[in-house]
Amino acid sequence: MAAHPNPALTLRGVTLGYGERTVVGPVDLDIPAAQTTAIIGANGCGKSTLLRGLTRQLPLRSGTVEVLGRSVEGWPARDYARTVALLPQSPVAPEGMSVEQLVDRGRHPHRGWFGSSSRMDTEAVARALELTDLVELARRDITELSGGQRQRAWLALVLAQQTPVILLDEPTSYLDLSHQVELMDLVRSLPDPTVPTTAGTTASTAPSSTAGQGETERPRRATVVAVLHELNLAARTADHVIAMADGQVAAAGTPTEVLTPDLLLEVFGLDADVVRDPLLGHPVVLPRTAADRASAQERGLVTEPPSGDTLPSAPREDLR
Amino acid sequence: MSAVLETPRRAGGTTALETVRDLRARSTRRLSFVLVGLAVLLVLGMGVRVLLGGYTVAIPDFFAILAGERIEGAAGARFIVLQEKLPRAVAAALAGAALGASGALFRRTLRNPLASPDILGVTQGAAAAAVLVLAAGGVRGAGMAVAALIGGLAVTAAVLLVSMPGRSSRGSGGPAGGGLAGALGGQRFIVAGIAVAALGQAVVASAMLALSQHDLQAAAVWTAGSLNAVTWERIGYLAVTAAVLLPVGAALHAALSPSDLGSDLAHGLGSRPGRTGLGALGVGALLAAAATAATGPLAFVALLSTPIARGLTGGRPSLPAAALTGAVIVVLADFLAAEALGGVRLPTGVLTGAAGAPLMLWLLMRTRMGVR
Repeated sequence: MAAHPNPALTLRGVTLGYGERTVVGPVDLDIPAAQTTAIIGANGCGKSTLLRGLTRQLPLRSGTVEVLGRSVEGWPARDYARTVALLPQSPVAPEGMSVEQLVDRGRHPHRGWFGSSSRMDTEAVARALELTDLVELARRDITELSGGQRQRAWLALVLAQQTPVILLDEPTSYLDLSHQVELMDLVRSLPDPTVPTTAGTTASTAPSSTAGQGETERPRRATVVAVLHELNLAARTADHVIAMADGQVAAAGTPTEVLTPDLLLEVFGLDADVVRDPLLGHPVVLPRTAADRASAQERGLVTEPPSGDTLPSAPREDLR
Repeated sequence: MSAVLETPRRAGGTTALETVRDLRARSTRRLSFVLVGLAVLLVLGMGVRVLLGGYTVAIPDFFAILAGERIEGAAGARFIVLQEKLPRAVAAALAGAALGASGALFRRTLRNPLASPDILGVTQGAAAAAVLVLAAGGVRGAGMAVAALIGGLAVTAAVLLVSMPGRSSRGSGGPAGGGLAGALGGQRFIVAGIAVAALGQAVVASAMLALSQHDLQAAAVWTAGSLNAVTWERIGYLAVTAAVLLPVGAALHAALSPSDLGSDLAHGLGSRPGRTGLGALGVGALLAAAATAATGPLAFVALLSTPIARGLTGGRPSLPAAALTGAVIVVLADFLAAEALGGVRLPTGVLTGAAGAPLMLWLLMRTRMGVR
């Protein structure tokens, strides 16, 4: 596996499990800083367990985890929660809580003993509501929101935590396609809150973009790790893809390197063609069945897509 | 994308910061208003309890008695105020506050609107232990109070042990209590608690049969939840317990706020729901048992204080608000039970029970599918 020059999370020989059962590992993994990493894999392959291990909800059976160069062992829980945030698969929405109150819960690790709040908290909540476009819904009860709005509210909670590393466990389940894309594009653009930007923090962001200032003026991005079910969504949004099978890392690399017909067969048992998105250039997975192939052959269609559209399969040795 | 990052969003001409500031100021204002309002109501209620009713005392006379002066022409006034009316009012306020705080801690830890020490057998366990030591060894006074504390804690521990998921199931991993966190979030705790509560009632009923005629009368009144027998000595124990445990409870209550959002997110927010929850249940059980030791089991006070306080604060869980609500409920209930029904002097617990039952049914009906 290609070691990243600047990993935000480094896992070495990590195993995780419940009771007597080992679910994940041993896993060696580098997760690149300031990029979006998607973890893909079939149901039950240990993706969510890996995230539980990274939030230390599940203790490591063996191995070491380093976050931003510091070993997680003996790292106090509250302090750790100021560095790594998690949006779990199915959080509980308490009764009678407004969006603002929900997002405010994300400030917990920044608070003192009796939970009193500060000016910093107000600013962080406002910023999170702004980023997720929820300002107008701030006073609404969360149970009144649509699925997409509610998912944005949960994301806002995690953003209010203001961590450089954000873990998301299937953030797009229950969302329709347009909301999936919208949410993941937002996730991809999230800034690292611990790196001060030149412009003001919240309301006073002056439009200072004059000619010549482009990509270089973009704030540094947060490190995002998302477990995703939707392969094409992962291909569209991720800079880095980790494919897991049976608790092991089957492949890691760019979407083009990982999402190949061979690997899809190995990891998901899925027969698929992979073509290139004509506009954005990322790989697109087209699932096939034996019946599809047979009927295409009968009708005289080629089952292999034209060579110009096929992505070159990455050499297998690079993936290991 | 870049628009999201750079343009300040506007809601009806206000920025996000202004909106959030406004919402927070409102919420804080409402909480302070509720806390001050409840405190005023409590002082007024205690004043009414002491000054009005069966033996009316004028305000200047009350302060004169407190200052140790003798009242001309009313030699008994001093005794009635200092040994009868004032201790009842103070005990009612303290027991109510302890029960209210205990209910808030159970409610938050177990994430269930029915989770409270009086539903889960803590008060019944305390009552059973107290009656048992009375029946077995004729232990009275401080010994009974200690037995009640031990009984309440023992019941909490027993229910917790029974409701721990087995080793084979998911989530029973960590040394910090994965199994514990599983037990705290589940329905098993509630079911086990209800069963133990019924057992506690049975123990009380059978132990009463073994009592002498003299003790039986006192025990019957006490197990119904009554302030008749309070003494300054008992109030002293309860006051010390409350003074120590209420601030601890408030800190634990605040530390548990992430667990409202489920165990996974709570861990992500740097909370340890298992460990903190265990502490909160221990403190809650001690508060409920201490109140029970002083006044007998006052039915439904712990269960009702939390939802009423939440209704007042607009959904914001607050332990001080729940404690004040409990205190107001018990003081008012004691006054009504003693004075409102003509010559009949009911035990306070009978009145809180009668008022609590319909409210509990209403809570059950409000707990619709999906809304937790």
